Amino acid sequence: MAEAATATRGHAEGETRRDFIYLAAAGMGVVGAGAVAWPFISFMNPSADVLALSTTEVDLKPVQEGMSITVTWRGKPVFVRKRTKAEIDTAAATKLSDLPDPQADAARAKKPEWLILVGVCTHLGCVPLGQKTADPKGEYGGWFCPCHGSHYDTSGRIRKGPAPKNLEVPPYAFLDDTTIRIG
Amino acid sequence: MAAPAFKNGLVRWIDHRLPVFSFLHHELHDYPSPKNLSYWWNFGSLAGIVLVIMIVTGVFLAMHYTPHTAYAFDSVERIMRDVNYGWLIRYIHMNGASFFFIIVYIHIFRGMYYGSYKAPRELLWILGVVILLLMMATAFMGYVLPWGQMSFWGATVITNLFSAIPLVGDAIVTWLWGGFSVDNPTLNRFYSLHYLLPFLIVAVVMLHMVALHRFGSGNPLGIDVKGPQDSIPFHPYYTAKDAFGAGVFFIAFAGVVFFSPNLFGEPDNYIPANPLVTPPHIVPEWYFLPYYAILRAIPDKLLGVIAMFGSIFVLFLLPWLDTARVRSAKFRPTYRKFFWVLVVDCIVLGYVGANPPEGWFILVGRIATAYYFFHFLILLPVLGLIERPLPLPQSISAPVLKPAEGKA
Amino acid sequence: MRRLISAVALLLAFGAAAEAAEGAKPPAQHWSFSGIFGTFDRASLQRGFQVYKESCAACHAVNMLFYRDLKGIGYQEDDIKAIAAQAKVMDGPNDAGEMFERAGRPSDKFVRPFANENAARAGNNGALPVDLSMVTKARVGGPDYVYGVLTGYVQTPAGVTLMEGMNYNAYFPGHQIAMPPPLQADGVPYQDGTKATVEQQAKDVVTFLAWASEPTLEARKQMGIKVLLFLIVMTGILYAAKRKVWASVH
Repeated sequence: MAEAATATRGHAEGETRRDFIYLAAAGMGVVGAGAVAWPFISFMNPSADVLALSTTEVDLKPVQEGMSITVTWRGKPVFVRKRTKAEIDTAAATKLSDLPDPQADAARAKKPEWLILVGVCTHLGCVPLGQKTADPKGEYGGWFCPCHGSHYDTSGRIRKGPAPKNLEVPPYAFLDDTTIRIG
Repeated sequence: MAAPAFKNGLVRWIDHRLPVFSFLHHELHDYPSPKNLSYWWNFGSLAGIVLVIMIVTGVFLAMHYTPHTAYAFDSVERIMRDVNYGWLIRYIHMNGASFFFIIVYIHIFRGMYYGSYKAPRELLWILGVVILLLMMATAFMGYVLPWGQMSFWGATVITNLFSAIPLVGDAIVTWLWGGFSVDNPTLNRFYSLHYLLPFLIVAVVMLHMVALHRFGSGNPLGIDVKGPQDSIPFHPYYTAKDAFGAGVFFIAFAGVVFFSPNLFGEPDNYIPANPLVTPPHIVPEWYFLPYYAILRAIPDKLLGVIAMFGSIFVLFLLPWLDTARVRSAKFRPTYRKFFWVLVVDCIVLGYVGANPPEGWFILVGRIATAYYFFHFLILLPVLGLIERPLPLPQSISAPVLKPAEGKA
Repeated sequence: MRRLISAVALLLAFGAAAEAAEGAKPPAQHWSFSGIFGTFDRASLQRGFQVYKESCAACHAVNMLFYRDLKGIGYQEDDIKAIAAQAKVMDGPNDAGEMFERAGRPSDKFVRPFANENAARAGNNGALPVDLSMVTKARVGGPDYVYGVLTGYVQTPAGVTLMEGMNYNAYFPGHQIAMPPPLQADGVPYQDGTKATVEQQAKDVVTFLAWASEPTLEARKQMGIKVLLFLIVMTGILYAAKRKVWASVH
């Protein structure tokens, strides 16, 4: 099909006569080549089995106050934390002017005790520490990224270090009081 | 090589330092071609188009394929079901192999009919046979990758051919397998080589082109181009003709890909490979059937293998086996008849290869095999000496004699 | 050219002879999905899925299918969730390191009746109930063959001795099949009022299995028609262009 295109292109160099039929042939070639390209581009996009796994349901019953679990969503870790009263209060009391990426805590948690975060540092994609009790939680009691020293607070907001943005909150919904669906 | 004056300044700047545009202009645009090429001359460029299609679809399929015995079959089915347009790209690749062989076989028989292998184009022909061998190796290894029943048992049978070699046969087979049977190491190396060989084919195709452009295309009359009146520039004449031929080919190809994609396939290859159960009829892909028939026609294991490989190696010698001075079968009335006998012989061999070696198939297979070698080793050398060719026309543009009757 | 045609004719004659020699060819049925414009009959697909669930699934897996694929036979997301939830899927290990069972999800594969091949053989007197997900593509004769086997349980002819536990089937290679007749008249209660004869059930379940073998068949044919139309127009124009280019030669 591409040959039709070259046929007319080269032709124009020598003689200038551009017949309708040559233009039509070249046009068909271009349209055909474009139509052929699409399946190949689409081929590299996520396939049906990958898309089918793009939602994850999480049972919250086993998670106790002050405890975190990590679940996988789209191949990435998602932090699910049941925050203590103290953590919620600290997060809520923080002044927005103290934040590099200002966002109120209320805008980051649908129910204050449940904090759901994509556990990927917004700097260069490492997984911050802070999920296990023994982990360093950084200067603001949330998470600490060991790669380049970003500190996140109890709402997952960036407070110190090179990361430009708060930890991302994935789309999620409460299916009932103890089940959420991420994605 | 007079450099053409390119209008585009950037093109001129580059071409002055790196004359790729002059090269392309010279080889694809001005390239003088005989003015009397028939549609049988379309199949060379068509083969090139299919080679590109195969490489592109293959590179994409490799993005989703998993070369492991436990996952290969499922990964191919995942491509067919879940990957966007995976079914399309896989069916193009799968049927593209068959169409590649159809085109190349027509191309080869065209060369035989018109004596395209004769001096000074012997190396052009030999490079073509090298391409055929590389294609066969590539196709064979590619067929193993989906890891269906035919993949596995085809691989087992074909690799076992090498066990016919005296003394070292078994060691060679173990080496080919990387184990004691066709297994994961075999699949992995076949995948590696299946990805590599097409690029070797591209390299040999380029040499094929260099050799072709040395003396230019042959032509249906088999006489040399005598001057500018006999030739026309490749572009736009043959680009237009090749583009139309490609359109016809794409229609046939699309018809199979979209409406009968398993036409050339074996149902057994949709059953995952099982090393404990051999399917009742093992047959290679259709394009290997004639060789398979030759292999089975000879009751001795080693001689059978030698005959099978010999059936291709005899093609290397063809330029010297054919002693005739006249190229085109148009002017060789006796050879022309035997050419068609050979075509039928090859079809019969293919048919015998597709059937179990029982009853009259054995006899027919042996006769057809014997005839195949008779044609190349005895008939061609003798016929060239005794046949009286028809008078040749003076030149392509001015045939002083009445043109010979249509070839068939 | 004449010789070429006669050679092709010879080849076709050979092919016809070979087909006759294989014998016991199951009669061709009319399938909704055959032909250039063929599409799967949705009602038949859903009935066929019901037949599969109630008459085949106890022994035969369809390992290539996911519950989410049922969208392709006309089920909505909620129906699919409900169907998937009926299955018990082995998952794990959990935090305690143990495997556990949970309700199926649309993203799960169809749960197979036996954990592995050995279990399947052990449960069926040594015979292996084949995976049906590719069966119409993986058999010579395709859907006609599968239909033939399902409806081919006939009286054992005089003079044929069956091995123990085997059944006589007109179209199964060798005629002796371990699977007892899987379909009974009215064996499946159809919801849409279709009469559940053995032939109807066979037809429906084969339609379902043909879809399972190649869920992309409809997309393929629909795209094919567009591609062919485009190519025919393009080739026509290319032919005109070629004629024009060559008008000055000869």
